[in-house]
Amino acid sequence: MSSSRAQSDAPQGLMGFVHRRRRGAELVLLILSLVVGIGAYAAVGLGVDGETPVNLFTYGGWLAALVVACHVVIRIFAPYADPVLLPIVSALNGLGLAIIHRIDLAREAANPDARTFAGTQLIWTTLGVALFITVLVVLRDHRRLQAFTYTAGLAGVLLLLLPFVPGIGRNINGARIWVNLGPFSFQPGEIAKVLLVIAFAGYLVLHRDALALAGRRFLFVDLPRGRDLGPILAMWLVSLGILVFQRDLGSSLLFFGLFLVMLYVATERPGWLVVGGSMFVVGAYVAYLVLGHVQTRINVWRDPFDPDVNGYQIVQSLYGLAWGGLVGRGLGQGNPQITPVAESDFILSAIGEELGLTGVMAVILLYGIVVERGLRTALICRDDFGKLMAAGFAAVLALQVFVVIGGVTKLIPLTGLTTPFLSAGGSSLIANWVIIALLLRISDQARRPPPELVEPDEDYDADATQVVKIR
Amino acid sequence: MNKPIRNLAVACMALFVALLINATFVQYWEADDLSSLSAHPDNKRVRDAEFARERGAILVRGKAVAESNPTDDEYKFQREYPQALPYSHLTGYFSRDWGLGGVESSQNSILSGSDSKLFVNRVIDLVDNESPKGGSVTLTIDPEAQQAAYDGVEALGKNIQAAVVALEPRTGKVLAMVSSPGYNPNRLASHDFNEVGRVKQRLEQDPGSPLNNRAIEEVLPPGSTFKLVTAGSALDSGKYTPDTMVPGGARLDLPQTSTDLVNESGGSCGGEKITLTRALEVSCNVSFGAVGLDIGDDALRATAEKFGFGTRTFTDLDDALTKQAVSRFPEDPDRPQTALSAIGQYDVAATPLQMAMVGAGIANDGTVMKPYLVDEITSPKLDVIDKTDPEPMPDQPAISSSAARDLTQMMVGVVENGTGTTAQIPDVSVAGKTGTAQSSPDRPPYAWFVSFAPADTPAVAVAVLVQDAGVARDEISGSGLAAPIAKSVMEAVIGK
Repeated sequence: MSSSRAQSDAPQGLMGFVHRRRRGAELVLLILSLVVGIGAYAAVGLGVDGETPVNLFTYGGWLAALVVACHVVIRIFAPYADPVLLPIVSALNGLGLAIIHRIDLAREAANPDARTFAGTQLIWTTLGVALFITVLVVLRDHRRLQAFTYTAGLAGVLLLLLPFVPGIGRNINGARIWVNLGPFSFQPGEIAKVLLVIAFAGYLVLHRDALALAGRRFLFVDLPRGRDLGPILAMWLVSLGILVFQRDLGSSLLFFGLFLVMLYVATERPGWLVVGGSMFVVGAYVAYLVLGHVQTRINVWRDPFDPDVNGYQIVQSLYGLAWGGLVGRGLGQGNPQITPVAESDFILSAIGEELGLTGVMAVILLYGIVVERGLRTALICRDDFGKLMAAGFAAVLALQVFVVIGGVTKLIPLTGLTTPFLSAGGSSLIANWVIIALLLRISDQARRPPPELVEPDEDYDADATQVVKIR
Repeated sequence: MNKPIRNLAVACMALFVALLINATFVQYWEADDLSSLSAHPDNKRVRDAEFARERGAILVRGKAVAESNPTDDEYKFQREYPQALPYSHLTGYFSRDWGLGGVESSQNSILSGSDSKLFVNRVIDLVDNESPKGGSVTLTIDPEAQQAAYDGVEALGKNIQAAVVALEPRTGKVLAMVSSPGYNPNRLASHDFNEVGRVKQRLEQDPGSPLNNRAIEEVLPPGSTFKLVTAGSALDSGKYTPDTMVPGGARLDLPQTSTDLVNESGGSCGGEKITLTRALEVSCNVSFGAVGLDIGDDALRATAEKFGFGTRTFTDLDDALTKQAVSRFPEDPDRPQTALSAIGQYDVAATPLQMAMVGAGIANDGTVMKPYLVDEITSPKLDVIDKTDPEPMPDQPAISSSAARDLTQMMVGVVENGTGTTAQIPDVSVAGKTGTAQSSPDRPPYAWFVSFAPADTPAVAVAVLVQDAGVARDEISGSGLAAPIAKSVMEAVIGK
């Protein structure tokens, strides 16, 4: 649809502007993203073994098939969706697979029986893409999700509690955020993330007026009424509960921050940020005073080289990043396996070591663009529920990226979170693919031209009902 | 709701900018510090990379005494020392877990290729996609002299504590430097790291401390060899000539005390008055005690310092554990202490390198040259990048050239008809001085010998110290133990 036509049909679109579908641009970007993913895989083979991997074509073909499937589904079921999100996610996922494979190779070189992650990650990627397609095909209108507000909220909280169920809950690296189901283990918190955004959005759309309008002014900020503090108190307690009982600083920060941001967006009142922010600071400070594991994290962050604190992980991460320098050692030429859990939480250190500051900046900027496209979707979305959901998803991605990348580069204390789309880990991967599917669904609605008023044909009676055409 | 979303966008941008700035800080500003092994010795990446690098060779007259040879294991190169034992204290060692020693350490930036002098080569390697290679270091060592020194010390027996230093008087080049007992650096450079740990531990616990380089690291009383400095100072003062008559009796009354200074033999040196030349030939304690009292401690100290006492100039073997020890002459001795100092006792202490510098200074017309071991630095493509120029020590000459010529003649007398006859070389006039120093009564004395040859056109100056030869106390003497080693080193250099 050309803009000239949009201008001639005056009432059409928001201020006469109609979004183009841009599916061709998406395809070009998707091909570029495949170049990143498959190229990185080939470079890993060249760097480690001196030759391209034997299964390069099978592997590349599989990635291409996944990407093409996504693209076709978007063309059919969400033709107006944002054209940039999928290519970025595809590039990040492909890069992550290559890096995980590279770390596998290094571990296998040292110990042939070492556990590998790349194969599982490819399966999870496929599952994530399948779920992505399912969401786009089944969910034609994101507003339907509003009906599941409380279901989603309840399910989210239950998922968060799941690791406490005896028999299936598991402690990994000190945090009780894992669930074991037969051979599978997953982090329910990642799934809860999606459900809680939906629940918050649904709840806030209904109650935003009460939360926004009542209150009193104090020192230039409008503070909310005491009786409206209920939900924020509840969320505060849940976050503290995660911190205390699951010993997971990262998730705690993530969920509370997400809730605050959505509350602020819904009510347009910075007062909520002040109240919530102070509550979090107080809670976190008390936790610091009381909880040993929080103190340890802070002390490691202050001086990881202090021989009295166990800063091994972060020190190895910093050594790796520094060793990479500006342009990196090259894929397959560094020692990223020295850093513990390099395939998961510390995957950015591996990227920094082998692709250098250049690679790290590229990854951070890609995340920045994802967040920006998410927020843009929120801006142009026509309904409040969609706006809140899109803003929520963008915020949760931004927070998660900041917390985990800031943690491994020693900007903030280290907390355990996965790096979206890069880290090895099934729950995180499929949850983030669902988030992207939902963002695309919202953006498809938002970018779609508004319903056109069709002039009644002469054949119709003059007083016939107006026909509204929905594309 | 659009305003808070816009604010949120700004906040998110701030977060991402913070991440970018922090990443730049870690990977650019702090990267060198984090990758420096001295600041972070536990940085395995840097350590392994250093260990896996193709290091340059350490060369002696074109032949490698340390080289990196390709291997099949993950470190790609094995550091090897083809002539391990004679050169152990010069090459040092290159181990993964225990650091570096000797030239491996002091010239590490050249050998590893990280020195800024090799910058152009690094860029070329980068462009050619070659892994960077290190430059080579050529030592000033004369291989025959080094071998002669090592053989001479070995001949005394296993594990004896001794050191030999040979210098080229005209330039200050170190022609030979041996310390005994030695060690095998190949065993420290091995890739069997557990075994290396055990070897290192054994070496550290060995009572003979084989890792110590006795030639530079330990100061000991130089004994009668210090009479060269006293004699030089006396001649330089103008008050003395080789023929000046000095006291030569059996004992010298030390002022302010009830004790007397006696001779090694217990008897007289051949008369109440003997010439200064004769006093040196028979190493007469009474004579030099009296000369020292006469010229005073300030003059003695001034001459000693011009010869190099009190300063540290030799840095070519610096590593984390080793440095040249500073030789010393006592700061403010009273009169009896001055007399004892004049014969190299009391608190006078010198390294074998220092005593070689005394010999070399006399040989070089009174001018002491700064000793150096690293002659040439070459790039991996064998272009000479740096060559050391000989330079004199500060404040030269140490003694006037006429005093040096007189002293040389007196030293020739020592070898021809004095205590140093064991150092005679047929058809070559050798100048020398023996020494037997007491440290404490319960320890055996040290045997010293300082010499140079040929006396008229000196090509080599040698100092030999035998600290503990494990022989009976009365058999220990500079002439019996030390002089034959010096002789063979001098013969090796002048080709006889």
